[in-house]
Amino acid sequence: MAKQISVFLENKAGRLSHVTRVLGDAQVNIRALSIADTSDFGILRLIVNDPEKAYRILKEQGFTVSQTEVVAVQVPDSPGSLATVLEQMAEENLNIEYLYAFLGTKDDDALIIFKVEDIQRAKAAFEKQGIRFLEEKKLYEL
Amino acid sequence: MIWNKEKECMPREELDKLQLSRLKETVFRAYSFVPAYRSKMDAAGVKPQDINNLADLKYLPFLTKQDFRDNYPFGLLAVPMRDVVRIQSSSGTTGKPTVAGYTRDDIETWAELMARALTGAGASADSIIQITWGYGLFTGGLGGHYGAEKIGAAVLPASGGNTRRQIMLMHDYGTTLLGCTPSYALVMYEEFMESGLDRSQFRFKTGLFGAEPWSENMRKEIESKWEIDAYDVYGMTELIGPGVASECAGKNGLHLAEDHFLAEIIDPDSGEVLPYGSHGELVITSLTKQALPLVRYRTRDLTRINREPCECGRTHARIQKILGRSDDMLIIRGVNVFPSMVESILLQIPGIEPQYQLVVNRVSNLDRLEVQVEVSEGVFSDEVRKLEELEARITRDLDSGLGISVRVRLVEPRSIERSEGKAKRIIDNRKL
Repeated sequence: MAKQISVFLENKAGRLSHVTRVLGDAQVNIRALSIADTSDFGILRLIVNDPEKAYRILKEQGFTVSQTEVVAVQVPDSPGSLATVLEQMAEENLNIEYLYAFLGTKDDDALIIFKVEDIQRAKAAFEKQGIRFLEEKKLYEL
Repeated sequence: MIWNKEKECMPREELDKLQLSRLKETVFRAYSFVPAYRSKMDAAGVKPQDINNLADLKYLPFLTKQDFRDNYPFGLLAVPMRDVVRIQSSSGTTGKPTVAGYTRDDIETWAELMARALTGAGASADSIIQITWGYGLFTGGLGGHYGAEKIGAAVLPASGGNTRRQIMLMHDYGTTLLGCTPSYALVMYEEFMESGLDRSQFRFKTGLFGAEPWSENMRKEIESKWEIDAYDVYGMTELIGPGVASECAGKNGLHLAEDHFLAEIIDPDSGEVLPYGSHGELVITSLTKQALPLVRYRTRDLTRINREPCECGRTHARIQKILGRSDDMLIIRGVNVFPSMVESILLQIPGIEPQYQLVVNRVSNLDRLEVQVEVSEGVFSDEVRKLEELEARITRDLDSGLGISVRVRLVEPRSIERSEGKAKRIIDNRKL
């Protein structure tokens, strides 16, 4: 399990740079990010080294921000490994809301961040299928 | 509770007599000492001695915001500057600021009016009153302050801004009554929720809200969130400031201080006086103001007058809660739209804060209304689908509620411009 920071952004020049500058000034390190966008607005999703601090700082700066529970799954950085995980998840009937991936920094692994409907069920399913997911602390320390 | 029973509960016939003698005096002074009034009245062919009863008021020409601009800054003052002890002015966001001068007696009148408003809202010498209307040229802060001191309450002159400190003051100093704009009361509530403080450690019981129009739904929202009684107070810089009219415990219209002001309702288009009970533009004539006498000033505020006796015992007529200004009214593809209508609709959607702005554009000869709504934490989701559903829901509700199709855009919190705590609700980009 891990905490993702989600931030509401208007589609206006300078908004993303503002968020990242605020985090940078607070010495918060961004581990991974993705942006979901529509024509009007975007949702910035962040994995950072200190989610509590990031949440507090962004809130103080007047952003609409929330913390979301996500799962970080570790897969080998090789062809077909994402497909395998997704097939296993499909087998367990796990619904994925969204996902984004980034390269791990060691062990030739890739990390995939999943937002699922039911996180407890997902956890149980991963254990059953032998899918490796990263503990919260380890993810932030990457 | 009633601050000044003798005046506020004066029998109708006596009040009419008082109004007539004060009206004659006001018209005489305006004509004699303000060249702008003299030339307007001369042009209309009416002299002060033509005013012999209250109904003769209709022969007098109107005073408008334009007259304030034409006579900027001090041309409408009826006293020499040595008798003026205070100058207040509007923010001037829509052009030159509107300037008001006060003699010592005018300041006293104003304090009396705010004392009535505060007492009507339940305040007394035991109250601790936090004023978060801005202090300065804006009339809110000092108006509330003088009224609160007059009734002997303890005043916290907090002025506007620094919401976190406002909450701390309320909590630590035991504020019982808060004077501010209604939209700021909700901003403060958000801050209170974030503070993690215990509501039972506050003594906050009453809010006196004014300086911007707010709907009944907004009242419900503020009252249920804060668990307080919320009262409306009305006024504007030209008239004297807040306190011209205010609610009693009945919360069913605002008692207009009829010993100081005379009200008419006119058709905003034709200028014709409308029959009793009609909805239209409020026109105010001041009866006691010395520095800045007003004869038939067009407020642009839309309301109706109710002379039914009120169970509180006050004999002064009530004006209905003001829900729009004639210059705030947008006509979009032939449909009248007031910001207060949008506010009412938004407040019925769970989690939505009434922080919004209307932007009108004319695109290939067609008016388009965009409603920008701030996304608060209560409705934010990390999933696009949910935010799009929210956007669609707001669009649907506004479309059916307003009777025109609107485009809804979700915007970041606090991205909507606020001036002196008043939210700017309309941006009209049409070149008409």
